[in-house]
Amino acid sequence: MVEQPLTISINGQTADLTAVSPITTLLHYLHQSGRTGTKEGCGDGDCGACTVAVLCSTADGTAQYQAMNSCLIPIGSVANREIITVEGLADEHLHPVQAAMVQTGGSQCGYCTPGFIMSLFAAYYGGKVDDTAVEGNLCRCTGYLPIRKAAALVTQKIAETKPCDRFTEKLAAADPALEPLQYLGHPEQFYRPAQLSEVLDLLHQHPNAKLIAGGTDLGLEISHQRQTFPVLISLEGVTDLKQIHRSETAVEIGAAVPLSQIQTELRGVFPSLDEMLFWFAACQVRNRATLGGNIGTASPIGDLPPVLLSLDAVLNLVGSQGTRRLPLVDFFKGYRQTDLQPGELIRSITVPTTLTPDAVRRDNQSYKIGKRGTDDISIVAAAFTVDLDNADRILHGRLAYGGVAAIPARAIAAEAFLLGKPWTIETVRQVKPLLQQAFTPLTDLRGSAHYRSKLVVNLFEKFFVDMSEGGDRNGHRHP
Amino acid sequence: MVIGIRKPHESAEGHVTGKAIYTDEQRILAGMLSLYPVTAPHAKARILNIDLAAALAVEGCVTLLNAADVPGHNNTGVIVADEMLFPTEEVSHWGQAVVWAVGTTEAAARKAAEKVLVEYEPLEPVLTVAAAIATQSFHTRTQTIRRGDPAAALHQTDHRLSGELAVNPQDHFYLETQTSWVIPDGEGHYQVYSSTQHPSETQTIVAEVLGISRNQVVVTCPRMGGAFGGKESQANPYAAVAAIAAHKTGCPVRVKLNREHDMTLTGKRHGFLGRYDVGFTQDGKITALDAHLYADGGWSLDLSPPVLSRAMLHIDNAYYIPHLEVRGDIVRTNKVSNTAFRGFGGPQGMLVIEEVMDRIARTLNLPPELVRERNFYHGTGDTNTTHYGQELFDNRLMRVWEEVQAKAHFDARKEEIAQFNQTSTYKKRGLAITPVKFGISFNKVCYNQAGALLLIYADGSIQLNHGGTEMGQGLHTKMLQVAAQTLGVDLQRFRMMHTSTDKVPNTSATAASSGSDLNGQAVKDACETLKARLAPVAARLLGYDAPEDIVFEGDQVFCRTYPAARVAFEQVVEEAYNSRISLSATGYYRTPNLSWDPVAGKGRPFYYFAYGAAVSEVEVDGLTGTFKLRQVDIVHDVGESINPLVDRGQVEGAFVQGMGWLTMEELVWDETGRLRTFAPSTYKIPTVSEIPERFEVHLLERAAQDGVIYGSKAVGEPPFMLAMSVREAIRAAVAAFGQGGEVCLSTPATPEAILAAVEAVQALPLSRGGGQVIPQTAVFKPLE
Repeated sequence: MVEQPLTISINGQTADLTAVSPITTLLHYLHQSGRTGTKEGCGDGDCGACTVAVLCSTADGTAQYQAMNSCLIPIGSVANREIITVEGLADEHLHPVQAAMVQTGGSQCGYCTPGFIMSLFAAYYGGKVDDTAVEGNLCRCTGYLPIRKAAALVTQKIAETKPCDRFTEKLAAADPALEPLQYLGHPEQFYRPAQLSEVLDLLHQHPNAKLIAGGTDLGLEISHQRQTFPVLISLEGVTDLKQIHRSETAVEIGAAVPLSQIQTELRGVFPSLDEMLFWFAACQVRNRATLGGNIGTASPIGDLPPVLLSLDAVLNLVGSQGTRRLPLVDFFKGYRQTDLQPGELIRSITVPTTLTPDAVRRDNQSYKIGKRGTDDISIVAAAFTVDLDNADRILHGRLAYGGVAAIPARAIAAEAFLLGKPWTIETVRQVKPLLQQAFTPLTDLRGSAHYRSKLVVNLFEKFFVDMSEGGDRNGHRHP
Repeated sequence: MVIGIRKPHESAEGHVTGKAIYTDEQRILAGMLSLYPVTAPHAKARILNIDLAAALAVEGCVTLLNAADVPGHNNTGVIVADEMLFPTEEVSHWGQAVVWAVGTTEAAARKAAEKVLVEYEPLEPVLTVAAAIATQSFHTRTQTIRRGDPAAALHQTDHRLSGELAVNPQDHFYLETQTSWVIPDGEGHYQVYSSTQHPSETQTIVAEVLGISRNQVVVTCPRMGGAFGGKESQANPYAAVAAIAAHKTGCPVRVKLNREHDMTLTGKRHGFLGRYDVGFTQDGKITALDAHLYADGGWSLDLSPPVLSRAMLHIDNAYYIPHLEVRGDIVRTNKVSNTAFRGFGGPQGMLVIEEVMDRIARTLNLPPELVRERNFYHGTGDTNTTHYGQELFDNRLMRVWEEVQAKAHFDARKEEIAQFNQTSTYKKRGLAITPVKFGISFNKVCYNQAGALLLIYADGSIQLNHGGTEMGQGLHTKMLQVAAQTLGVDLQRFRMMHTSTDKVPNTSATAASSGSDLNGQAVKDACETLKARLAPVAARLLGYDAPEDIVFEGDQVFCRTYPAARVAFEQVVEEAYNSRISLSATGYYRTPNLSWDPVAGKGRPFYYFAYGAAVSEVEVDGLTGTFKLRQVDIVHDVGESINPLVDRGQVEGAFVQGMGWLTMEELVWDETGRLRTFAPSTYKIPTVSEIPERFEVHLLERAAQDGVIYGSKAVGEPPFMLAMSVREAIRAAVAAFGQGGEVCLSTPATPEAILAAVEAVQALPLSRGGGQVIPQTAVFKPLE
């Protein structure tokens, strides 16, 4: 690793970070440096008021602006990178997204507005300005209609003339590749190595080190100062962990690939993955969160483990002892406990794309039920796969759930029962008692045990209904 | 004309560029200190000992504040003094601040707060309305409003239903949490910046805790990042604690609650329990209603009495009820002290009667919209007079009702939906229409006054001050329009000043939807005063001797009889200065003809009523209980709109906030009284994706309101209750899963609640036709 000056570029102005702890959040740093346009609404990455745009590289190496929650980003993660905040958009004129928001009455109290502006800004240069762009921004005043109208105005503007301004110039000239980094000189150390071997060496040297990729989970601890982190090792610069490989029989997804990239690159491959990613948090989080992180935290309410369980995903683990392959179903050992050994990490996730032998068709879908459809933690998440022969007999079934046990889990007895049965509503009825007994969920603030048990059964029926109606294969909004 | 134009919010450019300054976004002052609370881990407990030693040793800890540091009253109660700022003997709710740490940074204050050791002896808390009723834990005596003889009428009625409804509380979730700055000047004066809807009351409370007179304290509210009632009284304690810190240290002090503290320390919309007994005829007309409302006041009284009053005054909503008795109690629980929130009790009262309407309709197998319409206030005299004796002299219910049905194609869509439901097994749609009638004026008569201060400078530029605060509702924008219209000058001449108690004293809270009604008249009054002083000057310049013919228009001044000869406004101003004419003036207004006898429960508490009606359509998934709001049509009466962009924003925003309240915003306390939903990860307010694709808002046309500023009407709160149409639409969709009969739906109508309702109607036997009564109790969910 090469010694570099520690800097950050904000709205084109470069600042020295030497005196700033690497686990200072970007939001806190902005405020400390007098940039109070970016607001804190929650410090949880759930309201979007702190949204900024970060210059990032896409899969093909070009540059783009991505909306991110600055409250969850330790400044180490954005050291030597370029940030755009709400203060940096207007010159003598308002930026088109700002002008649209003024025109439509998109701001009332104005406190959430900078976050909306930055989400719209990133979407403006991404070429798609719709509800999805702002679903991670909460507004309590407007009821969103004028913001939706502003988005429509911006869309119209892009359709007329492609954006061409100092921000597109910057994109064209930018080299957003992440250089390796050692951010030292503070009680907290932050490393951003480029090679997997360096990560393993660092883990060996610092057994108490924490791995961080997008930091959408760990960032909560940092944001709320609930823990200190003597050593953080960022995986963001490790090219080996950021690849998606596709073969005839499987897809291999690097553990540190952001979910938004998976969403784009694998669209149409797995209906259940498409659907769940659509409901996964909001775009600011999807731009940061990774598949490895969603699995590694081993939360029983993680959105993606049920999907991956339903697809028989296999983890490729790497540690000082070498590599090993572990079916995901064997990875979860207990509440927030995994089979991961000290010094070991998830390198990639392999998801088979082939059907069971003799199968001619696969039905695959996922469901997420929360109090709120968008950007909520699930009460129950479920993902289902059935492989069918040409007589519509079930040759293979996977019924995976989140939110119903201490770990993401499959309904094994129900799966076994389905084998060889015809894929009919009658079979669904017959399997219901097994599903009812499959789990003993808990009651919590999100939902009662009774409701969760109901959903375990009903979601499988919904899966059958949706598949037989053929309407929901490509993902759609509930109900 | 600048009245009636779609002028964007006066701070819109500041909002979108991040330049608009809020209290805690001002430039940090040298030596500024920060506060952090030590919070109680019990809902009710005796404080045995407080040990500050370890905290004081923390690096960066300046001092710690407790009751001994309060020079004046250790109390921030606004109606009665029952709200200890620093509890000395007992904590009364989970998370109550017991000690505040003062640090050179917020992080240092936090570290110090974590080192404070408080010993408690836990006591048995009262955590639910039911438990409070059972233990007779009340804040006040029962209030009663009665018309006619409901007891006798209930005995003679054809049909009778009784039941109860638990109405859920709601967190304000303004994006800017509670925040205050206090800057001592070293001479015993205090400049306070506060995110407060009621600067004069914040000034009062700060003066009281410091033991000084009000003129020693100036409270300024730059603007608020949302409030919705949550900063009407709840901003006071944080200004007070910062003032005590400033007094003790002599340094400027800031406090800004983090989201978790904001949600666990501050009051919410009151949860209610409503019990009712209603009599009605075979054609669905209510003959008598006996109702008892229990408001969950929380640990202290705060603004609960007027909230309860408004609930009792709105239990009729749009309906004529010949015999009605409503009783109200405020229960005392060991929870946060519940407070003002958009609608101020109105929504809770109205939800009860809308529940009753639906039960009557389904019991009689009549369309709910027909039962609602049959019960409307109508005609003149008794049938158009509320249970508290105020006649609806300009009843616009049928206008909004018929107009919204026509615009929404209600009848045709109802037919289409019936057909859809015939063929769809797992998904059902529902369509519903509900009305709103909402009384405008503060219940507290003396609050219905306002002041303004207009300063014209010799260059023709103007500063406008008024007593109202800006929380996003567009009040400042409207006030600028009123001033520009009245003075006949360009909007560009004005600078809107931050609301400050040294400019306009003794102001009322910006609340009760009254901001532009009250302050608008005061601003207009100030403008008229200055126009009257400038007119003779202009007449002299123009060579006339009839100042009464002078017209101010288009930034120019001329004589009505000879408009060709004009002088520029600034020329008149300059001449006035040279002629030694005063160029500043106050304006004042008080709402006329208000009366209220709280003992008799009779009077004319409202200056007028605002009306609206909404049609909502939903689709419910019978397997999961999830629903999608498909379409919303609204006709709302804002009088002659001063600013349609602002007014639509209020209607849309209020509707969505109401929809959140009724469908997803669920506050959950555990068995120890700890709030478990204290962040947006667990407390879900609507996002853009919950908004229907088709959402049409129409402002009622030809609707000028006599006696209100430029014919406009109040708009902040009334549209909140239009969201009841969503709940009723869900109920209609749920009903389609069954074979008739009643639909028991608890609030909020979360997917879990909806699925339970679907299962209940599927379990009901075939409808037995009119008159059968199915006991119904939609009870608040047990706290988990």
